Amino acid sequence: MLSIELLLEALVFGALVGCFYAAVSIGLSIAFGLLDVPHIAHAAFLVLAAYMTYLLGTYGFDPLVAALLILVPFFFLGAIVYRFYYEAFEKRGADTGVRGIAFFFGVAFMVQVFLSMTFGLDQRNVSAPYIGTSLGIGEMRIPWRLIVALCVAVGLTVGLRLYLLRTFQGRAIRAVAHDAWALRIIGADPVRTKQWAFGIATAATAIGGALLAIISPVEPSLDRVYIGRTFCVVVLAGLGSMSGTLAAGIILGVTESIVLTMFGASWAPAVAFGLLLLVLGIRPQGLFGR
Amino acid sequence: MKINSIPFWAAAILLPACAYFLPAWGLNEYYLYVGYVVLQYVVLATAWNILGGYAGYVNFGTGAFFGVGAYAALVLFMKFNAPLPVQIAGAAAIGALLGLGAGLLTLRLKGIFFSIATIAAAIIIETFVLNWRYVGGASGMQIIRPAVPLGFETYTRMLLVVMTILAVVSIIVARFIEKSWLGRGLRAVRDAEVAAECSGVPTLKLKLLACAISGALMAAAGAPLPLYSSFIEPHSVFSLNYSVMALAMAVVGGMSSWLGPVLGAILIASSQQFAASASPELHLFIVGALLVFFVIAAPDGLVGLLQRVGRMTARMTGMQNVRPKWRS
Amino acid sequence: MTSLLQVEDVTKCFFGFTALSNVSLDVAVGERIGLIGPNGSGKTTLINCISGVLKIDTGSILFQGDDISALATYRRAKAGMARTFQIPMPFRSMSVVDNLMIPLEYIVHGLIDMANEGSVYSEAHELLRRVRLADRMNARAGELSQVELRKLELARAIAARPKLLVCDEAMAGLAAKEVSEILDILLELNSTGITIIMVEHIMQAVMRFSQRIVCLSAGRIICDGLPGETMSNPEVRRAYLGN
Repeated sequence: MLSIELLLEALVFGALVGCFYAAVSIGLSIAFGLLDVPHIAHAAFLVLAAYMTYLLGTYGFDPLVAALLILVPFFFLGAIVYRFYYEAFEKRGADTGVRGIAFFFGVAFMVQVFLSMTFGLDQRNVSAPYIGTSLGIGEMRIPWRLIVALCVAVGLTVGLRLYLLRTFQGRAIRAVAHDAWALRIIGADPVRTKQWAFGIATAATAIGGALLAIISPVEPSLDRVYIGRTFCVVVLAGLGSMSGTLAAGIILGVTESIVLTMFGASWAPAVAFGLLLLVLGIRPQGLFGR
Repeated sequence: MKINSIPFWAAAILLPACAYFLPAWGLNEYYLYVGYVVLQYVVLATAWNILGGYAGYVNFGTGAFFGVGAYAALVLFMKFNAPLPVQIAGAAAIGALLGLGAGLLTLRLKGIFFSIATIAAAIIIETFVLNWRYVGGASGMQIIRPAVPLGFETYTRMLLVVMTILAVVSIIVARFIEKSWLGRGLRAVRDAEVAAECSGVPTLKLKLLACAISGALMAAAGAPLPLYSSFIEPHSVFSLNYSVMALAMAVVGGMSSWLGPVLGAILIASSQQFAASASPELHLFIVGALLVFFVIAAPDGLVGLLQRVGRMTARMTGMQNVRPKWRS
Repeated sequence: MTSLLQVEDVTKCFFGFTALSNVSLDVAVGERIGLIGPNGSGKTTLINCISGVLKIDTGSILFQGDDISALATYRRAKAGMARTFQIPMPFRSMSVVDNLMIPLEYIVHGLIDMANEGSVYSEAHELLRRVRLADRMNARAGELSQVELRKLELARAIAARPKLLVCDEAMAGLAAKEVSEILDILLELNSTGITIIMVEHIMQAVMRFSQRIVCLSAGRIICDGLPGETMSNPEVRRAYLGN
């Protein structure tokens, strides 16, 4: 049976990993939760950012530095992708459902295949002084990389939340989520606002990708696993709720950790998806939904 | 593109006959392999389109149904020594039940939620199979094939005929749905679901029906696989590639007609077979790119393009198609 | 006068926000009712509850004496309830006449096959003639103009031979001449026995059309009476113009 120490360890690890899950899901929370874009390619961008971090790592860049370097390119990537999506689908209105979803699915698939063609199927690792070492607290040894991830995650969440609450652009983004017409009345262009927001979301995803490279070895198939985790977090938090993301991430992390400890690693990928289905079935608006 | 009934039914009977006689008349074995795979994708794409194209609900879990069909056939074979027709029927039944169950779970969710839920269901099913030791778990299971039934020289020839029949059946089903009350109702669901409901269409029932039929056909496509390759293992059978391929084939071919998935499947699957030696991954990338391209630039697919060409030539040559008074 | 629709004490909440609060409404057969109220007062929510798109939290809805509160939307449509949408929702990929085939097949005739195809087609044509859309019969629904879309909404709604028709801002965004056109169509429909609830902001239309006007504000009915009474009611004025 499960000992207290094991359970406690599972809880702590789960909570830390959960914060990481929250960090990688924030981009989706904006893109899908606020902007209603069926961004199935989010996890693919995440893995792409992780590979970019690895690539920069081979040139000697620390992952966190790499994160800052890829921030701007990913912002533009997001802005371009959204513009594309808007011009091709959202503007035309009708029948966007199937086509929009298929579009992002195609993009995600292309990214995944591109990554496996370029980097191969082997796992890639990055190295840094905080990867591989751990901090001792009491009887437990907590890997430093998890602590780094936690700090970045909290920083990212708080930073974005402040941005959305305090700045004009941020408020415009929240407004456009509610009512694009109202936005036009106050003079802001909804399309450019959404484009900006999508860019920010993708930039946040870039940071998430760097964290991903820090936390675990990178391989192309991570895309599938993280679709489950990120959508689980976003749906569990409730669409449109940024603050819920942290809580939802921790719940997922802890659940996964406990399942892992009790039933082994082969069941782990199903946890996020199972939790997602559960939430969709029982309480589709999530914990703090609009 | 109007297809009269007589040529259609003639083809429906001729094709399996060709599949039976051509190998006997000396058709190269290699083409039998290619033919099997292409026809398999015809079934998958056609089945996908019943829910995806007609109703507008994008299912990302094609691989799951295909895999469930393969494993259902496997279990029926291992436990009851069931002959192939029983395997296929059993797989179809389980596929239908699975489609129904997945539908009940997810069809109350709109658009993207449904699609994500299908991925979720697919991964969960795959995880279960990975942990199921009776069928070999992650390492898969080897099958010792019984003797080839009378009338066929090799398994490949027999399975080719079987898959041809399945393809014909799935096309017949899709065409029937398309031209029937069910197809009209599904189209209303796709265009404006709430308005359809307020116009008397029992949207949930129709969607569940489409799910069950789609699931049954996809599972049936997977049922001959254990006999075809003598070895089944979860990762390749539940692969996401099947989901992308089925979706891409329907989009490229055209989602509004039964002909679209058939064209898309023939085009993409045969090119895949010929690209297999060179670079399978590049082919996959191109499939993804085709999907994105068609979804943006030619949403009605090849069938839509052909229809447009047909209308343009009709106008230019002065011939106007006499439109029937009412055609759905 | 026999009662066709009875909304009894209906409340509807969305995650803590109360959209409708103890709303009661009695609609008699053949009546013409105008439903007014400022934006956000709950008019569309009420329509969605009546047609079944939303489930009510408390209270009940009776149609022709039967409690339909738990009845699925499509069954309410079959029972004789039709509605149009604030933003028209045509079946875009189909032609205008095919749009009408949906309710004709699913509500009126059961199944359309070779035998009755011709007569159903004629029926659809006649419906389009009544809303003056017959000339656009084979056009794709996605290509229609605003006023044509609204006519199609009406045609599709009445194709089901409803007893009750609820129009959600059927005239919004139309020019004066077009408003008149739609109004004439609605009056004509009512004269053939269809009970009509009209949700509208265009006051002249509401005044011209309604035998009775109901005003909603912040989820509650604040006035229900003859047009003259309601429009001069101080609470109604306050709801629209503020304090």
